[in-house]
Amino acid sequence: MDDVTPFLVLSAILFSIGCVGVLTRRNAIVVFMCVELMLNASNLALVAFAKHHGNLEGQVAAFFVMVVAAAEVVVGLAIIMTIFRSRRSASVDDASLLKY
Amino acid sequence: MNDEFTGPAIEWARLWPLFAVFGTALVGVAVEAFAPRSARCLIQSSVAGVGLAVALVGTVLVALELPERAGGAARGDVTAGGAVVVDGPTVFLWGLLVVVTVGGLLLFAERRVDAGLPVFAGQASLPPGSTAGPGGPGEPSYEDWEHTEVYPLLVFALGGMMLFCASGDLLTMFVALEILSLPLYLLCGLARRRRLLSQEAAMKYFLLGAFSSGFFVYGMALVYGYAGTLNLAGVAVAVRAGGGQEVLLLVGAAMVMVALLFKVGAVPFHSWTPDVYQGAPTAVTAYMAAATKIAAFGAILRFLYVGLGDARWDWAPLLWVVAILTMLGGVVLAVGQTEIKRLLAYSSIAHTGFLLTGVLGLQASGDLAEGQISSLQAVLFYLATYGVATVGIFAVTTLVRDPGGEAGSVARWTGLGRTSPLVAGAFAVFLLSLAGIPLTAGFVGKWSVFASAAGAGAWPVVAVAITSSIIAVYFYVRHIVTMFFADPPEDAPVVVVPSPLTSVTIAVALIVTVALGVVPGPLLDLAGHAGQFVR
Repeated sequence: MDDVTPFLVLSAILFSIGCVGVLTRRNAIVVFMCVELMLNASNLALVAFAKHHGNLEGQVAAFFVMVVAAAEVVVGLAIIMTIFRSRRSASVDDASLLKY
Repeated sequence: MNDEFTGPAIEWARLWPLFAVFGTALVGVAVEAFAPRSARCLIQSSVAGVGLAVALVGTVLVALELPERAGGAARGDVTAGGAVVVDGPTVFLWGLLVVVTVGGLLLFAERRVDAGLPVFAGQASLPPGSTAGPGGPGEPSYEDWEHTEVYPLLVFALGGMMLFCASGDLLTMFVALEILSLPLYLLCGLARRRRLLSQEAAMKYFLLGAFSSGFFVYGMALVYGYAGTLNLAGVAVAVRAGGGQEVLLLVGAAMVMVALLFKVGAVPFHSWTPDVYQGAPTAVTAYMAAATKIAAFGAILRFLYVGLGDARWDWAPLLWVVAILTMLGGVVLAVGQTEIKRLLAYSSIAHTGFLLTGVLGLQASGDLAEGQISSLQAVLFYLATYGVATVGIFAVTTLVRDPGGEAGSVARWTGLGRTSPLVAGAFAVFLLSLAGIPLTAGFVGKWSVFASAAGAGAWPVVAVAITSSIIAVYFYVRHIVTMFFADPPEDAPVVVVPSPLTSVTIAVALIVTVALGVVPGPLLDLAGHAGQFVR
């Protein structure tokens, strides 16, 4: 596993950055970008493991994840935009009518 | 590595209900593009209705033709190169999902409860409260418009759910998870009334859902790193063989479970549930609360039983904790709720806990005593009782209305039993079923999951489950008491007479709920006949 370890470490670091970003950032767009970072970190891990195992399944999975992430962007930006149009703000803190 | 790529064989005879559903959704998209606006609603709902009917017939036909496997303990086939598994539990869940979706479709098409207006916003991109027409002030307003896209979205969500509970590898599971989630995120944001709440619910659901699917993908990558394959049967082989980097498997499986538990709304991944259930249009809530849980429990069962069946002693203790937290969290938080839909959301969280209790009842089939209910059978039956009662109860909540929309507050329902005994009576029956009172479907469901968990030795969880059921009875019955034994307020909300669409949904749900409580045998047998998962 030695040859792919650096890539796995990098993917873990990227995933953690994305995770922390989702939890701490306030702008919905930035939160969403952090989610994309998590997905791309996973892609890196999938490709690294594919190299390690010597089969193609991980690489194929990475392509699927990319396509799904693109679809997610379409839906996500549409939702964030409707929120922005009605509130003039994309902050996740402002949308707080529903609680408890 | 292989130099040549050979495409997998597609077993059309087993998979055609799935293709019928996706085909229906695509036809819906084409209708949206080409049909004139005035005719769209009728065409769209008919297309979706025909598609669902075909899917239901197809599911039954496929179920009748499933070949026996493993000496009769299981029935079914691994299809599409291992990506989709059509077996007994799959077709049971398919049938259940299609039935629940028919209920959802009827509620989507309802327009009499809101003075002839559809339940969905005319134009999703408009800010709340704006009534300007497409050409600006003075033009005909968007009020009469409607979002007929909701029908293809509903059918796409159904397709994703059917694929989700049938997926034989983690990649298919992930793609299916997104196919079912993305339409639901959009549907949540389309309420005609209380648009701000609806949009907020959509955003919260979307951001948290995307966050959890990030966990799913990374977990999937780690499991792949351990097993060298994404196929669940392949993962099971690797787990049985042992060795390798165990930590990859444990962390990966935990991350996949985070995403799956998020979808069913288990504590501590439940925080979206009340907000989304309250904010979403009630027709969507009814559909989503029932169908998502059915599909996601199908996926949880398959992942844990097929992929990690041999690592049972690694995941069972964690699932004990989650089940206990979910049951207690759900019922304790439900006690203080003042909104009907939030109350039902917390009650659905508690039901997730009861279902997880059933999941813990996994035993090798040889260990089962004669006539004992297997955990799979118990969970499948519980999902049926829960799904039907949930669609019914949310359908009833659409009927009690204030001038600005539904009467959401529990206090507004005071004395409803005196003014409209029929609506209040239906609501009470559904509440009793959710509470698990004998002679309703919920009782048999609860009894079967508790029995199966107790049989597997999960006594502490069962004890907590019984305690939380008792707490749950308190807030369900308290609601019934205020409905029937208190005076209605001066400005009591209006109880509208719905069109046959909603009436039929409520009536069928009511009949099924009572019938399953009195004669649960046939459906229990059917769930038992589903047998084991095919690997």
